[in-house]
Amino acid sequence: MSEADPKLAATAATAFVNIGERTNVTGSAKFKKLVLAGDYDAAVEVARSQVENGAQIVDVNMDEALLDSELAMTTFLKRIAAEPDIARVPVMIDSSKWSVIEAGLKCVSGKPIVNSISLKEGAQPFLDQARACRSYGAAVVVMAFDETGQADTAERKVEICERAYRTLTADGFLPEDIIFDPNVFAVATGIDEHRRYALDFIEAAREIRARCPGAHISGGLSNLSFSFRGNEPVRRAMHSVFLYHAIPAGLDMAIVNAGQLDVYDAIDPELRDACEDVILDRRDDATERLIQLAERFKGTDAAAEKAAAEWRSLPVRERLSYALVKGIDAHIVEDTEEARQSAPRPIEVIEGPLMDGMNVVGDLFGSGKMFLPQVVKSARVMKKAVAHLLPYIELEKDEGAKGKGRIVMATVKGDVHDIGKNIVGVVLQCNGYEVIDLGVMTPWTRILEAANENGADMIGLSGLITPSLDEMVTVASEMERSGMRVPLLIGGATTSRAHTALRIAPAYTGPVIHVLDASRAVGVASALVSDGPQKAELIDKTANDYQALRESRSGRGEHELSTVEEARANRFRADPECKPPPPARPGLHRFGEWPLRDLRAHIDWTPFFRAWELHGNYPAILDDPIVGESARSLFRDAEAMLDRIIAEHWLRPRGTVGLWRCWREGDDVLVLAGNEPVRIPFLRQQVKKREGRANMCLADFIAEDGEDWIGGFAVGIHGMEPHLERFRAVHDDYSDIMLKALADRLAEAFAERLHHHVRTSIWGYSDEHLSNQELIRERYTGIRPAPGYPACPDHSLKPVLFELLGGEPSGVTLTESFAMLPTAAVSGFYFAHPDSAYFGVAKIGQDQLAEYAGRRGVDVETATRWLRPNLD
Amino acid sequence: MTQADALKAAAAERILIKDGAFGTAIQGAGLTADCYRGTYDLAKDQKGNNDLLCLTRPELIGDIARGYAGAGADVLGTNSFNANRISQADYGAEHLVPEMNVAAARIVREVADEFASRDGRPRFVAGALGPTNKTLSLSPDVNDPGFREVDFDFVRDVYREQAKALLAGGADFILIETVFDTLNCKAAIAAVLDLAPIMISMTLTDLSGRNLSGHTVEAFWASVRHARPVTIGLNCSFGAAQLRPHLAALARTADTLIMAYPNAGLPNELGQYDEAAAETAGQVREWADEGLVNIVGGCCGTTPAHIAAIADTVQNAKPRTVPAAPRRTLLAGLEPMVLAA
Repeated sequence: MSEADPKLAATAATAFVNIGERTNVTGSAKFKKLVLAGDYDAAVEVARSQVENGAQIVDVNMDEALLDSELAMTTFLKRIAAEPDIARVPVMIDSSKWSVIEAGLKCVSGKPIVNSISLKEGAQPFLDQARACRSYGAAVVVMAFDETGQADTAERKVEICERAYRTLTADGFLPEDIIFDPNVFAVATGIDEHRRYALDFIEAAREIRARCPGAHISGGLSNLSFSFRGNEPVRRAMHSVFLYHAIPAGLDMAIVNAGQLDVYDAIDPELRDACEDVILDRRDDATERLIQLAERFKGTDAAAEKAAAEWRSLPVRERLSYALVKGIDAHIVEDTEEARQSAPRPIEVIEGPLMDGMNVVGDLFGSGKMFLPQVVKSARVMKKAVAHLLPYIELEKDEGAKGKGRIVMATVKGDVHDIGKNIVGVVLQCNGYEVIDLGVMTPWTRILEAANENGADMIGLSGLITPSLDEMVTVASEMERSGMRVPLLIGGATTSRAHTALRIAPAYTGPVIHVLDASRAVGVASALVSDGPQKAELIDKTANDYQALRESRSGRGEHELSTVEEARANRFRADPECKPPPPARPGLHRFGEWPLRDLRAHIDWTPFFRAWELHGNYPAILDDPIVGESARSLFRDAEAMLDRIIAEHWLRPRGTVGLWRCWREGDDVLVLAGNEPVRIPFLRQQVKKREGRANMCLADFIAEDGEDWIGGFAVGIHGMEPHLERFRAVHDDYSDIMLKALADRLAEAFAERLHHHVRTSIWGYSDEHLSNQELIRERYTGIRPAPGYPACPDHSLKPVLFELLGGEPSGVTLTESFAMLPTAAVSGFYFAHPDSAYFGVAKIGQDQLAEYAGRRGVDVETATRWLRPNLD
Repeated sequence: MTQADALKAAAAERILIKDGAFGTAIQGAGLTADCYRGTYDLAKDQKGNNDLLCLTRPELIGDIARGYAGAGADVLGTNSFNANRISQADYGAEHLVPEMNVAAARIVREVADEFASRDGRPRFVAGALGPTNKTLSLSPDVNDPGFREVDFDFVRDVYREQAKALLAGGADFILIETVFDTLNCKAAIAAVLDLAPIMISMTLTDLSGRNLSGHTVEAFWASVRHARPVTIGLNCSFGAAQLRPHLAALARTADTLIMAYPNAGLPNELGQYDEAAAETAGQVREWADEGLVNIVGGCCGTTPAHIAAIADTVQNAKPRTVPAAPRRTLLAGLEPMVLAA
C-alpha cells in the first residue's frame, strides 16, 4: 500500500466496516468442503486471504448439519488465534445455536461480536443470552426477530429493534455494543410483497439510528440478490447500489465478500439504473426490466466483454487510470511500457498518468463510491507499474558506462548473502569495470546466459553458507559443459583456496581463481583483462599452486581419525550434578519488536569493520595509524545511519525462543516440543585426541536419562528491503552495503541480547552482571551453536529447528540451501549446562557419515552434499 | 459507602500508593525447604512455594505487609500470586488452596485494619490472582496450534475457588494481575464478576507494547472493559521508563482509575532488579507529572524503601482525572478497532 493508505483506512473504519463472509459454511461451498474434510490448514488460509483482501472483521459460521458445529467453531477459532495476521482483527461468532456461540466465546481472547441473538424466544431468554455475551466481553448483533416472527416491514423492524434496545440498555448494556440486523431480504423475486424489502431496510436503518443512539446497523448482503444466483455481475452491481444508498441511511457494517464489490460510478449506467429501480422500488416493472437486462450481463457476458474491449481501445493514459480504479493488473506492464515509450523520461509516467489515476481512486474513496479493499487492489496495480519503470529510471542514470572489462557477478542459487559480492562490485566499478550484477539466488542457467549475452570477460561467484560451495562446483561444471573458457572467480566467506583448488578447479578447464577479498579483486581482474603477459602469469601460477595443494592433500588418509565408535567411547562426560534447572518459562516465546536502541548499544563492532575489509579490533581500530582515518569515517557514517534507522523505524527486529524438554539418545537429542519427540542428530569429532581430551559432540551436554532441557531461537531483522530498493534506485551502493552490514550486526546483537534474556529470565538459570565487552567475549554459562557453524556444521538442521520454533519463526524463512531470509538473521540451539562450550567438529569419517545419514533419515549422497566441508 | 466508592473517593484526593513485591522480601528471609513446608505433610519440595508461607510463616508475611503499610501503601496486595490449583499442582499442594487464600487475605486484612485504626486513613486489601502457568490462548505444542492445555471453564473454576477464599479472608477487591494472556484474564473476570469489584493489571512481554497473547494495551482494554474494573493498569513488564508510552495510551482510553506498579528497573539489563529506590521513584514521578496515574506501587525487585520513595515523590502530585467514556464501539482482535457511534 502507498503511504497515504493508512489514513484512508482510518477514515473507512469509522464510516463503514466490511465483515468477511468467506469463513462461513452456509455462504461458501469451498469453506464448507474444507471444514467437512477437516482441512483446517486450508480453512485458515481462507481467513487469511479475507483479511488480506480488506475484511475488517472475520465472520465465522459453522452451522452445518453434517458438522459437530461446536467442535468446528472452537477448533477454527483456536487455529486463527495462532495467526497474528488474522487474529489482529476482531472475530464475529456467527451461529443460530446458542451452544455454538457460547463455546466460541470461550476461545476468543479479544472483544468479538456475537451474531446473533433475538427476541424470538421472548424477552427472558434474550436477556439471559445478552448478559452471557456481556460477561464474556462481546458486542452483540440483535436480529429484528420477535415472538411473532422475522420483521419484514420498516415499521416492524423499527419496533422490534427499539424494544430490544430498551431491554438491553435498561439492563446496563452499553448502547454502542449493540448492532442491529434489520434483515436484508431478497428483492426482484417477482412477488409483489418483496418489492419494498430493500427500501424498507434503508428506511428502517435511518429510523433505528435515530431512535437507538449509539447502536449500529449491520446486514448480510448476499440475501439481497438471491434471485440472481449465478449472475455475479448483476449481484455485484446490486450490492454496490444497495450500499451506496444504505450507508448514508445508517448501515455501518455489512457481511460482504470484500473483494467483490463494484465501484458505483463504474457500473454500466443501464444496469445501475435498473438496480436502483429495484432497490428503491421506483417502477412497477423494475424487476422485469432487471431480469431482462440481467441476461445480457450473465457470466462472461457480451456486455462485460464489450466493456473490456472498449477499455482496451482507450488512449494509454485512460487505460492506466481505468486499471488503477478497477484494480486490474493484467495489462498494467504493457500499458506502463507504452506510456514510458512516449514519455520523455520514465519518471514522468509515474508523476503523470499513474499519479492522476491514484488521485481518481482517492476521490472515489473519499466520496464513498469506492471501498477500502478496492483501494488496496489499486495500490497493488500501482506498485506493479512502478516496479516496471524502476529499471529504466535507474538505467537513465547509467548510460555510457563502458569499461576496462565486463564481469558478471552472482550469489549462487540457494544463497542470499551479498554484502561481500556488492563490495567487490563497487570496488570493481570504481576501477572502471562494468559489473553486471545478477543479484542473489541465481541459478547457473542465468549466470551462463548473462555471461554469453554480455560477452563477459570473467564471472564472479559468491556465497556465504557451506551448501553454496557445492553450487559453485555445479556452475563450474556447467560452464565446462557449455565449452566456456572465461575466467571464474570465487569469493565469499566460506570459500577457500583449498576448496577452490580441490573441488571447483578440477571441474572447469578455464582459469579458476579464489579471490580472498575485495582488495585483491582489482589486481586479479586487471591481470585477467590485460593484453600483456600478466594474464598468462596469473593463470599459470594459480593453476600450479592449486595442483600442488591437491597433491599435498591427496597424501592425507583417514589414519588420523578414530572410528565413530572409538570417538563415542571417548565422549565428553558432562557433570550430571550441574544439569541446568528447568526453565522458568518453557515453551515458545515471541518477541515482536525488540527496541533497536537496545540492540545498538550491544553491537560488536569488530566484525562490522571486517565486513568492510578494515582489519583490527574495535575501538583500537579507530586510532590505527593506517586504517584509522577510514575506520573513523566509516564509523561516523554507520552511526549516522543507525540514528536514522532508529528514528525512522527502518528495521524491525523479531525474535523467537523455544525451551523444551529433551533427552539424549547416543549422539541424538530428542526434543519434546509437541506430542512426539523430534530427533536432532549431532556430529561428533573424530580427529584423534591426545590423552585426556574428549571427542566432543553437542549431545554430550544433554543428560541421557531423566529430564533435561534444550532451547532454540531465531532472530531476524526485518524491513531492509524498501530501503535497499530506495538505495538501488539511486545507485547508492554504499548505503546498500552499509545497511546490510548494520542489519547483520543488529541481528548478532539481538542474538546476544536474547541469549542473555533467556539465561537470566526465560530459562532463568543464571544471574549475571556482565559488561558488553564481557558479553562479546562470551563470559557466561551456556552456548548457542548455530546450524552450519563448526560445532553443528549441518545447515540442514535449520528446517528442523524452525519447525520446533513454530515454522517461519520471527518471519525468518529458508532457501533451498538453508540460507535464512531476511539475510540479517541468526538461529541456533541453546545449551545451558555449565560445561557446554563451542568446538569444531572438523573432519569426520565415512563411517559417521553413513551412520549420520541414517539418523537424519536421508541417503548418503544427500548427507555427503550437506557435510562436504567436513569430509574434505 | 462500598469499598470501591471509598477507593474512588480517596483516589480523587491524591495519588494512592500500592505496596511492593512479596517475592523480594521472602527471598531476603533466606528460608529453607523446611521453613516453607512447616508441619504440612507434602511429598514435593516446597522451596519457592511463597504462597504456602501464608500458612507456615504468617508472621513473616504479615511483617512484609506491615513494612509496606508503614512505607505509606494504601492498597495492600495479598501474597497469593500462585495460590491457585494450577500453580499449586507443581507443589502437590492443590488441596491447600482454599485455606492458603483465606490466610493470605486475613493476614493483610489485619495489617490494613491495624494501620487504618491508627490514623483513620482507609487501607484496602486487594486479593491477588496471578496468571497461572497455563495459557488459554496459545498452544504449547508447536505441531498442533489448535491444542490447549486447559480450557476456559477449568481456568474460570480455578479462579473462582481462589477468589471466594480471598474474599472470605477479608479482601476488598480481586486484583487480576500480571495478565500475560488476555483470555486467562477473561476467564478470571467471568469467575469474579458477580463476587466482588475487580482490579486488572496487564503485563507487557514485548517492548512494542503487547502481552504474551499479542494484545496491545488498547486491544486489552477493549477486551476486559466489560469487567467495569475499579482500576486498570500495568505491572511488572520491563522498567518504568519503557512502560510510559503504553501507560499513556491506556490512560487516554480507559474511563476508570489507572494503577501501575513497575519493577525496580529493567529485569534484564544486568540480570537483576538493581534499580535504586530513588530511580524507580523518579520514573514514577514522571508518570504522575504527566497525569497518567491514580495509584502507583512496585512489582518485582521493589522493597519498602522503593514504596516509601514513591509515596514521598508523588505526595503532592495531582492524580489523573478519569476521562468520560467516549461513546464509541470498541472491538478488538490483537489490535483495537474503534467504530464511531
